[in-house]
Amino acid sequence: MLRFVASRIGMALPTLLIVALAVFILVRLIPGDPAALMLGDSADAASLAALREQLGLNASWPAQFAIWAGHVLQGDLGQSIANRQPVMPLILDRFAVSAQIVLPAVVLATLVAVPAGMFAAWRQGRMADLALVAGATLLLSLPAFWMGLLLLLLFALKLGWFPVVGFVTFSENPGRALLYLVLPVATLLLHEIGVILRMTRASTLEVLHLDYITHARAKGLPESKVMWRHAFKNSFGPTWTLLGLILGNLLAGIAVIETVFTIPGLGRLLVDAIFARDYPVIQGCLLFIATVYVLVNLVVDLLYPIFDPRVAAK
Amino acid sequence: MTSPVLLDIDALTLAAGHGHTVVSQASMQVSRGEIVGVVGESGSGKTMLGRAIMRLTPQAIDRTGGDIKVEGTSVFALRPAQLRALRGPKVAMVFQEPMTSLTPSLTVGQQLAEGLEQHVPGERATHRDRIEAMLRRVGLADVSRVLDAYPHEFSGGMRQRIMIASAMLLRPALLIADEPTTALDAVIQREVMEMLVELTQENGTAVLLISHDLPMVARYAQRMVVMRRGEIVETGPTSQVLAAPAHEYTRQLLATLPQRRPPRPLATQAPLLSARGLTVEYGARQGWFSKQAGNRVLHGIDLDIHPGEVVAVVGESGSGKTTLGSVLTGLVAPTGGALRYKGQPLAARGAVFNDYRYNCQMVFQDPYSSLDPRMTVSALVAEALRLAPGLTPAQKDDRVADTLQDVGLGGDFGLRYPHELSGGQRQRVAIARALVRRPALLIADEAVSALDVTVRAQVLDLLADLQQRYGFSCLFISHDLGVVEQIADRVIVMQAGRIVEEGVRDAIFDRPREPYTRQLLGAIPMLEATAAGGVRLKWRNDAQASQPLAAVSLT
Amino acid sequence: MNRRSLAAVVGGTLVAAVVITALVALFWTPYDPLKLNFKARLAAPSLTHLMGTDELGRDVFSRLMRGTTASLRVSLMTVLLATGAGVLIGAVSGYLRGWPDRVLMALNDALLAFPGLLLALGLLAVFGASETGIILALALAYMSSVVRVVRGTVLSLREREFVRASRVMGNSELYTLMRHLLPNCLAPVIVMATSMCGWIILAESSLSFLGLGVAPPAPTWGNMLAGSRTYIGQAAWLAIFPGLAISLSLLGINLLGDALRDRLDPRMRRRV
Repeated sequence: MLRFVASRIGMALPTLLIVALAVFILVRLIPGDPAALMLGDSADAASLAALREQLGLNASWPAQFAIWAGHVLQGDLGQSIANRQPVMPLILDRFAVSAQIVLPAVVLATLVAVPAGMFAAWRQGRMADLALVAGATLLLSLPAFWMGLLLLLLFALKLGWFPVVGFVTFSENPGRALLYLVLPVATLLLHEIGVILRMTRASTLEVLHLDYITHARAKGLPESKVMWRHAFKNSFGPTWTLLGLILGNLLAGIAVIETVFTIPGLGRLLVDAIFARDYPVIQGCLLFIATVYVLVNLVVDLLYPIFDPRVAAK
Repeated sequence: MTSPVLLDIDALTLAAGHGHTVVSQASMQVSRGEIVGVVGESGSGKTMLGRAIMRLTPQAIDRTGGDIKVEGTSVFALRPAQLRALRGPKVAMVFQEPMTSLTPSLTVGQQLAEGLEQHVPGERATHRDRIEAMLRRVGLADVSRVLDAYPHEFSGGMRQRIMIASAMLLRPALLIADEPTTALDAVIQREVMEMLVELTQENGTAVLLISHDLPMVARYAQRMVVMRRGEIVETGPTSQVLAAPAHEYTRQLLATLPQRRPPRPLATQAPLLSARGLTVEYGARQGWFSKQAGNRVLHGIDLDIHPGEVVAVVGESGSGKTTLGSVLTGLVAPTGGALRYKGQPLAARGAVFNDYRYNCQMVFQDPYSSLDPRMTVSALVAEALRLAPGLTPAQKDDRVADTLQDVGLGGDFGLRYPHELSGGQRQRVAIARALVRRPALLIADEAVSALDVTVRAQVLDLLADLQQRYGFSCLFISHDLGVVEQIADRVIVMQAGRIVEEGVRDAIFDRPREPYTRQLLGAIPMLEATAAGGVRLKWRNDAQASQPLAAVSLT
Repeated sequence: MNRRSLAAVVGGTLVAAVVITALVALFWTPYDPLKLNFKARLAAPSLTHLMGTDELGRDVFSRLMRGTTASLRVSLMTVLLATGAGVLIGAVSGYLRGWPDRVLMALNDALLAFPGLLLALGLLAVFGASETGIILALALAYMSSVVRVVRGTVLSLREREFVRASRVMGNSELYTLMRHLLPNCLAPVIVMATSMCGWIILAESSLSFLGLGVAPPAPTWGNMLAGSRTYIGQAAWLAIFPGLAISLSLLGINLLGDALRDRLDPRMRRRV
């Protein structure tokens, strides 16, 4: 078991290095001169040169990378070109906002979709299954941003139940924050239910025709025990992995929902930075989101043996 | 006074959704404490019959007629709670594939306790003791460690013992054993079967023994039922069925048991292929801090194959016989040792190698995956002639047609695709493909193991026939000594990557020297024709080897 | 008609409708999608403008049709690029093993370490927000999944006996790869390519919605939805129709993809 944990962590470390390298190279490839951008069109050559020197842009790429990596490991992601704010605290604040939408949505979606998917698999071919699959397929065919616009239209604009723009974080005022959260979370929730339900149903179906399920029934166990104790644990693995992927994808994909509901989240930060060519922020966001993605998947991997002990054996 | 009839199947008919009948008008009975065998090949419906007793058939299968009564009550009339009470304490089941019958995510202890918790919850305190006692009874050591371990940590044989323990914990009145030992090695098969029979007899449990392996069933069952394409074609006491089979199909099944042909004269020419000191080692690695020894699969094998002779290589899984085949065909490079072909050393390239490659062909085990599903039969066979020197396209076409004719697939078979053919027919295509070049050496790697017994006999006959006609040498690799008896001139026995014994066929089968060879032989029967035209099963190495089966007392 | 064929028919019809619309729009739309008409701004759907007009008086229906062409073009180009490159890399990598495999897999894992949309965003910053930029960015972002699937298929096919039989016959590695392995990889690739069409359409519209896609005035579904936000209170139809177009296309692709998977995946066939 220890070997398994060590090997997984061991694989994550080079991945993080590759991520850092990739982000570094990617940002260096963006056309344009950071110094010119910061100083504006009317800057003269001397100040441009001085700024470049200050930003370390004249050093060789490996040297730049080493310097940058050193800073990153200390938690310093540089300063935003737009407003001279340090990038890391900015990212963390925005991340907190995005997380308040993503986490509840994914957790609630899982709690609803997994039992529903298992039920659909159990009743394969009958009306309940067909209805659930049709519903899930429909849900995941509706783009989240459209769904968000429609919900906004109906519940905020026409019915006035929820605010239209803006955001209040949980720490400020939980009650009001909840109001701002409902629509974005609901939008995300509906889409993810579709995805998770289909995955759960598919992997449960795979497991249900295996011998050990028949064997469990042959022991005279009630269906509920057969489904939860035997089928669920063994079929949840792929869905569990999918959850890690979903979380990671949503960290960036949330940008569209943040745009619809005008929420100052991490996705929107990245998109705005791309428009503004704010390289440190772009770099910081890419690095941060990718790192969180790697870490989330690492946690998912480490917990996988709970569902399938065969993985930890080697 | 309880009736002696425990299980009563009456004209049972099972059908799949699209009108396909799986079991048709099957009637049979099992009395308390007796062992009844159900024998049939694939498609006979025997598995579905067994599953129907506990109403565990898949959703797609429905009962369209007949009834099944356990202890006088119809199982189809039971309510769900009653059915659950039946499963486990009254009727239990042991499945075929030990690798997939135990839940991977629960420990052995948890799984074994489930049945007890479900049916005798009141005696919780005794559960653990009962489980440990039963595990010891089925031959597992270190039981407390076993309870906390997961199924994947055990070998196939051990998992099957755990399954049997699980089924017998509740002392059921009837145990349905569906191919309980088929997936196990020959020697282990026998041990597990013996244990199963003893355990059930001790507990007064009747056994419904379902299998395609007629000799194994005949050995342990007091009564036998023969099934074919969903119908029961013959029933009766085992000795009677063997001595005087009433149905044509039963006679066919009995005729497939290996029969020895008269020995052929030994080849005297120089060996065609000669191996000295062949070693194969997998996965040796030079790490940063240590050198990891590889896994040595073959330890210095010496082997000669003479022109025109059939050499059989026999061993269980892990013996290295398959690796040997792969090395000889060039699929795997040996880590040590030397090969000579027609007296010349065989390097990795060069003229000798090309000649060898052309002349050494292989037939694989799995008829369902050895043919490219997207090619027609003719294309498959013709592909082997792609690199044939000196043949015009017209000659190639003729050769393909002739070879297909020789394997019994003449006419329009050439236009068919693999998925339209049966297992036996696909294997014939594989043989045609291997032989179309008229190679000097044919390596058959478990070529008949995946086929039904009747088909197996036909393919073996075909191979023997073609070998006589074309005169190629054959290296026949198999785990089944019985199959080899029919076709081999010389036999090589392997274990753990080494040759344990070798010799001419008669010497190996009649006068084995090594204990391992004797163990392997002990697992297979011999046929002896009786005066009445039937057969009698004899078991080598048994104390009662020369007595008829009825004298072997099982009760 | 059973459930599976019903899904296939519905899916196929929807996809066909999208394709036909895209093709037709190449030559003809009821109105010029770019023509401004201030007299008919924000007109509700009516007989003259089936889907109403936008804030500059442009006919929504015509713009939607032109947007269909754009979305389909981007999607097909991206899928072709990603699939072609992915199959090539995955097949070579899976068949050769050894160090080429390890190098390619390391590179592929680097791509996979980023969530798809994130990578696309990053690449867009490099390539610039244009149609070509989107195609390149999305193709690179999704190629890694194809590589993984193809490599996995090749690895498992490699050990299948008909591939070993080809080698025993003396056929070269290259011949075996082309003649036996690749044709049998088709099934998973087709299934994947179909799903990918859906992801790409969604990704492309998302990027356009964020303002990082094809710039106005050229219409795409995404930028039409983006533009609808300002007027959503007054002219809900501006938001409804483009979104409906995306949804119906995705629904069609998903249903068709499911039907294809059922037919082509041998494991699922077993359960019939």
